Amino acid sequence: MFTRTKIEIQNVRKGFPGDDGRLDVIDDLSFTVGDGEFVAIVGPSGCGKTTLMNIVAGFLAPDSGAVLVDGRARFKPNAKGVLITQAGSVFPWLTVRENLLFGLDDSRSDREALAREYAELVGLNGFENNYPHELSGGMLKRAEMARALVVKPEILYMDEPFSALDALRSLRMQNELLRILARERHTVMLITHDVEEAIHLADRILVLSPRPARIQAAFDVPFAHPRRVSSPAAQALRVAILKELGVEFTV
Amino acid sequence: MKKRFGMIWPSLMVLAMVVAIWWGAVALTKSVIFPTPWQVVTGTLELARDGTLWEHMRASLFRVAAGFGIAVIVGIPLGLWMGWVRGAFLTLNPVFQILRPISPIAWIPIAILWFGVGNASPIYLIFISSVFPMIVQTIAGVHTIEKRYLRAAENFGVTRRKLFLQVVIPATLPQIIVGMRIGLGVAWLVVVAAEMIALRSGLGYMIIDSRNAGNRYDLVIAGMIIIGLIGLALDRIMRLLENMKSVRWRYVH
Repeated sequence: MFTRTKIEIQNVRKGFPGDDGRLDVIDDLSFTVGDGEFVAIVGPSGCGKTTLMNIVAGFLAPDSGAVLVDGRARFKPNAKGVLITQAGSVFPWLTVRENLLFGLDDSRSDREALAREYAELVGLNGFENNYPHELSGGMLKRAEMARALVVKPEILYMDEPFSALDALRSLRMQNELLRILARERHTVMLITHDVEEAIHLADRILVLSPRPARIQAAFDVPFAHPRRVSSPAAQALRVAILKELGVEFTV
Repeated sequence: MKKRFGMIWPSLMVLAMVVAIWWGAVALTKSVIFPTPWQVVTGTLELARDGTLWEHMRASLFRVAAGFGIAVIVGIPLGLWMGWVRGAFLTLNPVFQILRPISPIAWIPIAILWFGVGNASPIYLIFISSVFPMIVQTIAGVHTIEKRYLRAAENFGVTRRKLFLQVVIPATLPQIIVGMRIGLGVAWLVVVAAEMIALRSGLGYMIIDSRNAGNRYDLVIAGMIIIGLIGLALDRIMRLLENMKSVRWRYVH
C-alpha cells in the first residue's frame, strides 16, 4: 500500500546516565514509515516513547543507529517534519495570526493568505487576532495544528497531541485531523497511550515493550474511514493490542 | 473597577490616622522645630508659588531619566547577550556579581573624581545602580524561556534574527519589565542621596538646604513626601507596561 519509505529508523539505541549506571531507554529499535502512512506507536508509560519521538524528529541524537528521512540521514530538526506535543508550543506572546506566520518565510508574498487559509481550515477564523491565553484548550490545539500545517510539512510528529484535552474534545480533534489528512496527505507518526485513538486514526500500530523499548508487536488497521471504534472487529483489535500491553480481559 | 475603588478606603484611613497621630504628637509636645501637617502644606505651597519646587523636581527627574535611560540602552542588550551566549555569561557574570552589591553611595567619591560635581556624577551613579538589576533580570528571563518554545522555533528553522525578535525578546519581555521597575526604583533612591551630598539642585539638595538654611523642617518633610509621591508615580507608569497585550500572557492563569 505504501510503496515508498518516508522514514527509516535503523537500529536506534539510546541510554541516559542513571543512578546505578546506564539506563537503556531504547534498545536496537528499527522500523519504517511509508510515504503518506499513519503509524501509531503505543506503549506502557515510561517506556521511552517520547525519547524515541525526539530522536526521530531530530531533537535528540541516538547513541547509535540512524534515522533516515527520504533516504538521507537526519541530524537536526527542520520544517519538513513538525512536532506537536501534549504541552503544546504555540507562542503565548504572539497572536494566532502571528503564530501562523512564524514558520513562513518573510519574503513570501502569499504568507498572509496562507495564514488565513489555515486558520479557516482548523476553524479559527475570527480568532486570528486573539492571543493564545484568550483561547480554550481545544482552540489552542487547533492553532498549533494550523501553525504546523501552514508550512506544508511532509511529516507530522505527534507526541500525545490530544492527551491534555478531555475525552470529547480529544475525539473532536481526532476527527479534525482525519478531515485535514484526507485533504493533504501527510506522513504521520503518532505516539499515544490511548489504544482507541490509535485504532481510530492509524494505518498501522506498533506496540513497544517496557523499557528498554523494542517493537513487541505490529498490527495493521484494515478498516476504511470513517471508522467505528465500537465495531466488533475494531474491538477485537483493541483487545489484542491491550493484551500485548499486559491488560487481559477476563470474561 | 467599583471593587478597586472600595479597596482604597482602608489605606486612606491609615493615612488619615498617621497624619492625625503626627499632628497630635506635635501639639502635645509643643515642639517648635518639628512642623505640623498644616505647616508642611503651607511650606509646600510657598515653594510651589516661587517656582523653586518645580525646578528641583525637574532637576531630579532629568537626572533619573538620563541615568536610567542609558542603563536601559546598555543593560537590556547586555542581559540578552549574556543570557543567550553562555561564554559571555561565564566571562562577565563574576565581575558583575562583585560590582552589584556595592552600594551606589560608595561610588560617590569616585563619581565626583571622574565627573566633577555637575550633572554627570549623579547620572553616572543612577546608571551604575540601575543597570545591574536590569542585566540580572534580563539574563534570568532568557535562561527561563521554556524549552518547548525554543524547540518549536528550531523546528521551523527560522533565521537568527526572527528567533531573537519573535521568540527570545518577547519571551523575556516580562522579566525585562520587572528589571526596569526595580531599576527605576533604585534610580529614584539614588538621585536623592546623590543630590544631598554633591549637588546644588534637585529634591535631595532641597531637603538638605532647607535644614541648613534655618531649620525649615516643614520643607524637609514636604520634600520627603514629594519624593515618595513621585516614586509611586514612576512605579505606576512602569506598571502600565505590564498591561501591554504582548506581555499579558505572563500574568494570566
